[in-house]
Amino acid sequence: METNVAAQGTGSALPAAKRRMPPEFSIFLVLIGIALVYEVLGWIFVGQSFLLNPQRLTIMILQVAVIGIIAVGVTQVIITGGIDLSSGSVVGMTAMFSASVAQASSWPRALYPSLTDLPAIVPIGLGIGVGLLAGLINGQLIARTKIPPFIATLGMMVSARGISKWYTKGQPVSGLTEQFNFIGTGIWPVVVFLVVAVIFHVALRYTRYGKFTYAIGANVQAARVSGINVEAHLIKVYAIAGMLAGLAGVVTAARAQTAQAGMGVMYELDAIAATVIGGTSLTGGVGRITGTVIGTIILGVMTSGFTFLRVDAYYQEIVKGLIIVAAVVIDVYRQKNRKKA
Amino acid sequence: MTLSPTTMAAVRASGAVPNAEYLLNVEGIRKEFPGVVALDDVSFRLKRGTVHALMGENGAGKSTLMKILAGIYTPDKGEVQLKGVDIRLKSPLDALENGIAMIHQELNLMPFMTVAENIWIRREPKNRFGFVDHGEMRRITARLFDRLNIKLDPEIEVRHLSVANRQMVEIAKAVSYESDVLIMDEPTSALTEREVAHLFEIIRDLRSQGIGIVYITHKMNELFEIADEFSVFRDGKYIGTHASSDVTRDDIIRMMVGREITQMFPKEDVPIGDVVLSVKNLTLNGVFRDVSFDVRAGEILGIAGLVGSGRSNVAETLFGVTPASSGTIAIDGKTVSIDTPNTAIRNRMAFLTEDRKDTGCLLILDVLENMQIAVLQDRFVKGGFVAEKDITAACEEMSRKLRVKTPNLQERIENLSGGNQQKVLIGRWLLTNPRILILDEPTRGIDVGAKAEIHRLVTELARNGVAVIMISSEMPEVLGMSDRIMVMHEGRVTGILDRAEATQIKVMELAAS
Repeated sequence: METNVAAQGTGSALPAAKRRMPPEFSIFLVLIGIALVYEVLGWIFVGQSFLLNPQRLTIMILQVAVIGIIAVGVTQVIITGGIDLSSGSVVGMTAMFSASVAQASSWPRALYPSLTDLPAIVPIGLGIGVGLLAGLINGQLIARTKIPPFIATLGMMVSARGISKWYTKGQPVSGLTEQFNFIGTGIWPVVVFLVVAVIFHVALRYTRYGKFTYAIGANVQAARVSGINVEAHLIKVYAIAGMLAGLAGVVTAARAQTAQAGMGVMYELDAIAATVIGGTSLTGGVGRITGTVIGTIILGVMTSGFTFLRVDAYYQEIVKGLIIVAAVVIDVYRQKNRKKA
Repeated sequence: MTLSPTTMAAVRASGAVPNAEYLLNVEGIRKEFPGVVALDDVSFRLKRGTVHALMGENGAGKSTLMKILAGIYTPDKGEVQLKGVDIRLKSPLDALENGIAMIHQELNLMPFMTVAENIWIRREPKNRFGFVDHGEMRRITARLFDRLNIKLDPEIEVRHLSVANRQMVEIAKAVSYESDVLIMDEPTSALTEREVAHLFEIIRDLRSQGIGIVYITHKMNELFEIADEFSVFRDGKYIGTHASSDVTRDDIIRMMVGREITQMFPKEDVPIGDVVLSVKNLTLNGVFRDVSFDVRAGEILGIAGLVGSGRSNVAETLFGVTPASSGTIAIDGKTVSIDTPNTAIRNRMAFLTEDRKDTGCLLILDVLENMQIAVLQDRFVKGGFVAEKDITAACEEMSRKLRVKTPNLQERIENLSGGNQQKVLIGRWLLTNPRILILDEPTRGIDVGAKAEIHRLVTELARNGVAVIMISSEMPEVLGMSDRIMVMHEGRVTGILDRAEATQIKVMELAAS
């Protein structure tokens, strides 16, 4: 109630908007801080620079590009107040499907010998299409049956993984065409990530789609009464998340130049972590793609830094867990402060 | 009155004067929040065995004072004396153990626990094995309810109780702490007439037992009915304390706003046009039946009735939130099918819902985002992209017109006072340029000044030919604003009165029939 006083206290004269730092700024500072810590530790323990090594940075960002593509979709889902646990499995499933129509005729054990040497657009389209379908099913389940997103996407997570294994009875799909593999080479995965990030950053901030996404996350009842077709919108959001997971699956297969049923395991959690570290609130209504991009890079820097300092992989996971929890704790703390201020 | 050991101990330890004239004596309280002084040199005294109302517009500081008394905030300056002894409360629990209990507007009960478990939580009677003794708990709850004349089953789960009954449980819980001071924040806002009467009986009973009650309300008639004294606050300052028998309604309004409100209900006679909305035999199974009425352009149709009479349900059905089971809705003589709010909006209807927080505000979003959300359905959008400049200009103009007090449109709506939030929501609907405007409790819980502004606005909309349906629990508002009043009782329309023949008594008779 004290906040009412604030509004009244300022009276009728409207002072100019206070200049506020964008919320991503603090996350960006965290990124810089982590990088500098590695830099210092690097000189002390390894005797070389962490940052002044373009090759390392390139590998780092390549490693998280796929997570980033997924996280762009997951961010939108979380802004609506939902969650998507299925994206990692969808990556595996779509990698398998797209790779199965991306094989070269020179490969002796092609899955569909009549469907070899197809233009890359076919496997890419199939991968994205299968992802979209998975997302549509998620969205339909959540919107029509009103089951919690956690459960709906948990079901998809298990089933999609099952489908990826069933599809080739567990066999990897290899011998992919040069043309298909191309999008996995060099810096291309990063380009895909950034293009996707820009598109959905614009969509969230400047389109009706974006305004409705935030409104649903902020107060679903009020959004409904304001005329928003909440069900249709949620289906759209989950479909987009599925589609982006599908795209991530395609990129993953192209990078590895092969597809395996086990691809993308735990990616959903990395994507959620990147989103949350990037300042998107799990309660919905708050979050930006720019934050998620920085969150993704933080994840990459963490991993890359540990490897650089030759820290054991076990410790890496332990610390990663701590960082995710810390990010949410900070979020909760921020929410509390906001109410008091 | 028997004191529980803990309270007794606390009182003894504090060296309190058991019969001090003032239960509470607050002196020179100051409380600042970043950028604003919420309370400035405020004093307040609560006498034993009295009901003391706190009055003031939203943002006047009464809630802040109350939260200081309940241990939620600590003051920056000033003293709080409980029965003549200085105290410094560190937490709500601290306050409770000192004998100050607060009953919040949003009730704080656990829905899946029983009434008795809710009351004795943390203090459950235990048997010799250290397990909760449910038999004993039931007995002490029954004893407590007897004393308060509350008729409730201690074993029922709270989720099955009505709001009024939950409030009774909260009061019983507060009394069970043997509190000397009870703080009530708008306790009647969700109660029916009869439930209010019961609540007042309990309050009078508590008062006769020497308990002091701090009572926050916006309702003037309650003040005269239940309060012995009242204190008025304005802009964080203490204005004065009077016995409620000494003053008139106008005196209090003057003290609260610091200015005369010349015309509380600026109802004008405006030309009434053709029938815009015609409702026939509208039914929502199990909720309301055979509701029929017409509303004409420029007309204000008031809907009165007790809470639970189905008033709000009719509004929700009209707007497609809960589509009707049967019956017809016609606009301009043409039957329309309204099964979602979206179709309602496309038929140029607008609906200001009853509950600002639950179904109105996008609390964590800013004023601009809140105001634009409905109109974006079909305007200010080109190829999916929002025309930011145009919509911002439209919202700026609207908030100027409605005199929304906010630093800027980028302010989060949760930082605005209730009245200003309501104006933003009204602005949301006016942007859609509606022909039929449904207002459900448009002035609930907002201060007098904003209330008058909203009334003026509604009148102006009617003058411009908007057909208005206004649901209100406040009799003076319904009587003062409406051209006709439809009264509902238990899901049925019991009568439609013309402005000329409508009186408080007639409406009440129909509402309670």
